[in-house]
Amino acid sequence: MANRLTTFGNDLYTGKRSFNFVGGRKKWYAIAGVLIILTVLIPVLRGINFSIEFRGGSQFQIAGIENATPEPAIDAVASVVPEADSHVTIVGGDGVRVQTDQLEQADSRAVTTALAEAYGVPESEVTSSFIGPSWGADVTRQALVGLVAFLLLAGVIMAIYFRTWKMSLAAILALIGDLIVTVGIYAAVGFEISPAATIGILTILSYSLYDTVVVFDKIRENTAEDGQESRRTFAESVNLAVNQTLVRSINTSVVAALPVAAILFIGAGVLGADTLRDISLALLIGIIVGTWSTVFIAAPLYSQLREGEPAIHRHDQKVLKERERAASATSNAEALPTV
Amino acid sequence: MAAPSKRSSRPTPVRKAWRSLTWLGVIIVGLFAINAAGVIWGGGSWTPKLALDLEGGTQIILEPKVETGQSVSQEQLDQAVSIIRQRVDASGVAEAEINTEGSNVVVRIPGELDDQTRDRIESSAKLELRAVLLADAATTQSVDPTESPAPTEPAEELESTPTTEPTDGSDPAWITPALQDEFDNFDCATLDEADTNVAPADEPLVTCDVSRTAKYLLGPVEASGENIVNATNGMVTTQTGASTGQWAVNIQFDEQGTEDFGEVSTRLFGLNGQTPRDQFAFVLDGAVLTAPQMNGAITDGRPQITGNFTQESSKSLADQLKFGALPISFTVQSSDTISATLGTSQLQSGLIAGLIGLILVVIYTLFQYRALGSVTIASLAIVGLVTYLMITILSWREGYRLSLAGIAGLIVAIGFTADSFIVYFERVRDELRDGRPLVGAVEAGWKRAFRTILASKGVNLLAAVVLFILAVGSVKGFAYTLGLTTIIDVVVVILFTHPMLQLLAQTRFFSSGNPWSGLDPNALGAVYRGRAEFRKPVAVPASKVASSSKEAQKRQTIAERKATASVGSGTSEGKES
Repeated sequence: MANRLTTFGNDLYTGKRSFNFVGGRKKWYAIAGVLIILTVLIPVLRGINFSIEFRGGSQFQIAGIENATPEPAIDAVASVVPEADSHVTIVGGDGVRVQTDQLEQADSRAVTTALAEAYGVPESEVTSSFIGPSWGADVTRQALVGLVAFLLLAGVIMAIYFRTWKMSLAAILALIGDLIVTVGIYAAVGFEISPAATIGILTILSYSLYDTVVVFDKIRENTAEDGQESRRTFAESVNLAVNQTLVRSINTSVVAALPVAAILFIGAGVLGADTLRDISLALLIGIIVGTWSTVFIAAPLYSQLREGEPAIHRHDQKVLKERERAASATSNAEALPTV
Repeated sequence: MAAPSKRSSRPTPVRKAWRSLTWLGVIIVGLFAINAAGVIWGGGSWTPKLALDLEGGTQIILEPKVETGQSVSQEQLDQAVSIIRQRVDASGVAEAEINTEGSNVVVRIPGELDDQTRDRIESSAKLELRAVLLADAATTQSVDPTESPAPTEPAEELESTPTTEPTDGSDPAWITPALQDEFDNFDCATLDEADTNVAPADEPLVTCDVSRTAKYLLGPVEASGENIVNATNGMVTTQTGASTGQWAVNIQFDEQGTEDFGEVSTRLFGLNGQTPRDQFAFVLDGAVLTAPQMNGAITDGRPQITGNFTQESSKSLADQLKFGALPISFTVQSSDTISATLGTSQLQSGLIAGLIGLILVVIYTLFQYRALGSVTIASLAIVGLVTYLMITILSWREGYRLSLAGIAGLIVAIGFTADSFIVYFERVRDELRDGRPLVGAVEAGWKRAFRTILASKGVNLLAAVVLFILAVGSVKGFAYTLGLTTIIDVVVVILFTHPMLQLLAQTRFFSSGNPWSGLDPNALGAVYRGRAEFRKPVAVPASKVASSSKEAQKRQTIAERKATASVGSGTSEGKES
């Protein structure tokens, strides 16, 4: 199989095989558009579950219980604060998590004691958290400021590095799409949006852009080397670059996704590992979406932004005209790149 | 390192490679030495410190509570941190960490936390000194707290601005009809909701004492708790030094406090007999701690409070006055107690996830890159080693603590790090496809890959830095490990992965293009017509590339077939074993 992927890579490199990423852009844009609309709509219609860190409340967790059942916890909470609204979940088979409204300090301690008694564990084994409603808001505000600051900085730095703001724009637009789709899918899966999920979503910034920069670097290299003598149109050059880096894209995203999938697998079944689970789910979605968008959105978008430039437009016309002439002169169409 | 001895006859890439590897060795040995020095002399450790979610313990995040429109200065926060630290130290808890994060104060205490210590930390404690204008027994009309204590609406709008400008904090002119009405109707049961703890300092305040048995109408703030340098309890002594057996609280003001208090005490002493206007209230978080009468003009800044104190109650009041002197008042934003068992299980699940992730990456790279995959694995091992040393050193020097989010960052970094090796390998393969011999392909591929890696990793680092600067709490821990591994990744690619490839390119196994090397030119479809002759890799139009590669395939059909066949069978054998 490795060999097949290598051969596949060879064919993509030489242009013997080629996927028309740039030419089929209308199709890809449409798919992306539908995805974005869906991922915006689904959470809006179904509502987003925010974790306790955003809602505020009290949470108690006990690990390592034999025969974990929710009833003792419900009774324990009711014995202390009868009017409290409590949610009891069994996590990983031997853990119990109790979430309630925000409890007074004294009540919180009483619930801890009651829970310890109910499950026959020492009080020190009961993990308790009290989260004021401002905590999540604080984290979110900072995350949003971070997001905007990063987008601006990354946009400027990429524009300087690639010496064209159009690459920057295409990369950032694709990135924003990635963020929207990732948040949407995450919410649609039904996981709670927790601070850990926020971390995962912010890390996508880093990964998605990383992926785009690698591909764009190859595009820049190809289009720069082409020059006036090139027999490819600008769009074809871009498309070749994307194809040439396709095997790399597949390999890097698989390698990046594997450890993340491992965290997701472990984090899903263990009490208290919510942090792991939420980060990894957000990241896994983000890595897949990010790799997809680089190839299908960012590169075609860049090509589209540049094609209108007079010099490039002129060159493209010339190439197409020559090709027409060659095609009518000889029927040797084999020598042409299959784009 | 055996670098110098081999220098003489080797070609340049090899010499460069050895030089890079030597540097890497120096860096690793250096990190080991720093860590060892830390362990021997500086209280360092060979393992990184763990955050509370992995170790178990209590974390309390305190949020400053300020009047709307005001902000908190760093100075105030630092002061608050040092006062809270005193409070924690006073309760004998070791290894507590108190830091600021943004405008929040974060208290981390390993192990279990007793109620008393928790109260000491959480009591937000802003101490103000105000003159008493009116005092009365608490109204007990509504004992049931659920019953709405809404004050009866005044029939007409009562005058709320003083008719004459009050001359000092004891001036009865402060008592407007509106204030009088508020005082008359004030129910001590509603003290918690009355926001008396964030009352403006320059206006009068209606409040109750902490036991809610008396209510007060107080003048504006005359002095604040920040001006109290020290407060102790002790026996009252007569002038001859004999103990009277009466407990008292002794306060010592700083210069500003001495001046302010001297002025007030002179004024209040002058009002002697006009109780309650000769009383002076110590207001802690909006509730009156004590409101002693002024028995003399105190101008030395060392007042003594006497009353019905026991040793215990005088100690408690002294502590409250001393440690309660926070410049701002706080609320508990979140409080987490994590049991040691849960911490250990979280650490375990983190490590297991990391191990599984690592194994998967290793399998995949070996599958894709054959022997070349071992360079990835070795590079990952070096990255892991350097990262571990860096984190251990940072947790010793900078107090960094590894949290679950941090571990997640490290695991995610395994994949991100391996990515840069893939970018490099794919570039080398591209050069091989263009027909370069291996040594040349490694050099040319590196030149191009290095640029790409720097640019893309730069973006990663930028994200990590922005997140680290702006984020709070767990996001910070994650950004930190992600940024750190990004830097280490680039260093290792330069000083290890590339030099290793340079050296391996010299070996027969790789340069002969062994199908197992992962760099087999035939498998890569390269046009390789002997040492002297290979196609120019650049500026070859696609059509030409396509046609020439086709031509090459025609010419090398037999060799190609053989290579493909042998590789194919090799793969299936490998899968079975």
